[in-house]
Amino acid sequence: MSLDSGRLGAMARKEWIQLRRDPRSMILAFVLPLFLLLFFGYAITWDVDDIPIVVVDRDRTAASRSLVDAFVASGYFTVAEHAETGRQAEEDLVAARVKGILTVPPEYATDLSSGRGAVVQLLLDGSDANTATIAQNYADAIVARHGARALPGNRARAAPLRLEPRTWYNPNLESRHMIVPGLIAVIMSIIAAMLTALTIAREWERGTMEQLAATPVARVEVVLGKLLPYLLIGLFDVAVTVVAGMAIFGTPFNGSVVLLAAMTLLFLLGALGLGIFISAAVKSQVLATQIAMIATYLPAVLLSGFLFDIASMPFVLRTFTYLIPARYFVTVTRGIFLKGVGAPVLWPEALFMLGYAVLGLGLATHVFRKELA
Amino acid sequence: MTEMEHPVVVRELTRRFGDFVAVDSVSFDVRSGEIFGFLGPNGAGKTTTIKMLTGLLTPTSGEGRVAGFDVLRERNEVKRAIGYMSQRFSLYPDLTVLENIELYAGLYGVTGTRLDRRRTWILDMSELWDARNRTTEQLPLGWKQRLALGCAMVHEPPILFLDEPTSGVDPVARRRFWDLIDGMAVGGTTVFVSTHYMEEAEYCHRLALMNRGRLIALDAPRALRERVVEPILEIRCADAPRAVEALGGVPGVLDVAMFGRSLHVTVVDAVAGSDAVSSALAGAGLTATDMRVVEPSLEDVFVSLVRAQGGALVG
Repeated sequence: MSLDSGRLGAMARKEWIQLRRDPRSMILAFVLPLFLLLFFGYAITWDVDDIPIVVVDRDRTAASRSLVDAFVASGYFTVAEHAETGRQAEEDLVAARVKGILTVPPEYATDLSSGRGAVVQLLLDGSDANTATIAQNYADAIVARHGARALPGNRARAAPLRLEPRTWYNPNLESRHMIVPGLIAVIMSIIAAMLTALTIAREWERGTMEQLAATPVARVEVVLGKLLPYLLIGLFDVAVTVVAGMAIFGTPFNGSVVLLAAMTLLFLLGALGLGIFISAAVKSQVLATQIAMIATYLPAVLLSGFLFDIASMPFVLRTFTYLIPARYFVTVTRGIFLKGVGAPVLWPEALFMLGYAVLGLGLATHVFRKELA
Repeated sequence: MTEMEHPVVVRELTRRFGDFVAVDSVSFDVRSGEIFGFLGPNGAGKTTTIKMLTGLLTPTSGEGRVAGFDVLRERNEVKRAIGYMSQRFSLYPDLTVLENIELYAGLYGVTGTRLDRRRTWILDMSELWDARNRTTEQLPLGWKQRLALGCAMVHEPPILFLDEPTSGVDPVARRRFWDLIDGMAVGGTTVFVSTHYMEEAEYCHRLALMNRGRLIALDAPRALRERVVEPILEIRCADAPRAVEALGGVPGVLDVAMFGRSLHVTVVDAVAGSDAVSSALAGAGLTATDMRVVEPSLEDVFVSLVRAQGGALVG
């Protein structure tokens, strides 16, 4: 069936006017993306600092105090309390007032200065495994550095093997820099499907679909006409969230704006198509919104690689992630933002997203039956 | 027989939904420039027939040609040639009067000076100039109805399909709407209109009576009324519902129906019938304040035809 630009234009114009007059769509389109960015941007962080610990100092010497000071000076730990006994400290741990107990044994200073080597204990609350792991790594580093400095004569022994780690793209390993680009991808998957989920269902509920079906307008013209205004809004939303991410969270943007725009377009075609498909299939605004939410929100958050590394997922889940369009867009946004990579690297993602765009729009056009049976 | 004389030609058109036969082998022709009424109770198959003729629904079997195009194989040509107004006169409530007109103009390819001309025509016809920038959700039902009619006519189609266009509209607005329809027909448009308001059917040049998916009669309203041979008594009575009960099964009485605030009683013979009715009412402790033989209404025609075919009414 041929595509008539006059009919397509009439549909798109009508959709645009309706969108402008619908407060719910306006909130979805212009308020929710920024709100989600701020909400998740501040809420989700893996950076752990100011870990509260309780100190049991059985040595009470200048050396032991210096060790505790080193913990505090690192910025990763704060001393919530000095306990007299181990039992007292344990109570704090059980009550979750602190995340760990640092115990300095008696004779610490003596052992240290004698060159025999001293042992201090850090007891961690493993019920929060993530924080415990990070705290342990920080403590290791602090103790190693402090130990080297505390050696008599301050002579550092050269280790026979030494690793010199260095992190690219996000040198300070700030998780927010990783969260924000991924977050933009996740937000757009949700918003895109929610926006279009309403459109065709609304026509069915109001009875306007029957009137449309009686005109010469083609299915593909209806689908594309509904898509166009939302495509513009989607591009606008991505621009706003990118700028906000940079301005508010200081996320670096190292890649090409044009490439991001092109990739966003590909992604939005699929995501908006999915919303239209759901809307056409269920014909109810409430149901379509709920399905769009479930179909996009959880997979985008859990299976896109946004929160959890895909490579370390079990095989079945990992295979499943290939079905989540957000997965590709998360890779794209992170790549462009942090690594500044270009099309030569991201073409497989582009190809997959193109596939989803064709699939989404094809399904939408196919399922949306103009015939009223 | 050409499409010039018969813009709508229907042959043994049938639509089944599972075991249910919504439209059962219906055949008729619509003449050019006439107001063709489709009359019957809800569920008689009127809307299903209209949907098949407007390309919205695929017939199970049979044939339909509209403006010379096959309703099954040439749906797009059919859609371009007709105007259609559904039961819910589906305008976009959040668009203004002008925006609704321009949307349908765009969908029917009406542009440029033709659009200017049609926009003016619609606003004149519907008398909505002052309301042209108001969203349609703010308009009274009668106004929406006129706008929907205008939108259906935006591309000047030779055939107009109206599916129960006056449902829910007050009698004054309904009357005015029928004047507009009449004007369209005078202007050469063929109007195919369905209704379940019997009194509206009088506006039609010819009427197709539908019941249970079948066409039971097709003729001018006057000719249809003449088909009823049994006399009909109009009775006024204080307690009409009880009177209906009292008259049921009385020998010589064929049918009793409420007709507004009075009763229409079809009898075998006028004289014997009035005696039987009077005594039956007296037996129930009721008295008729007025009783006379009247011309059959279209409702009486309908009931009589259904009874003659041994059928029952839907609903």
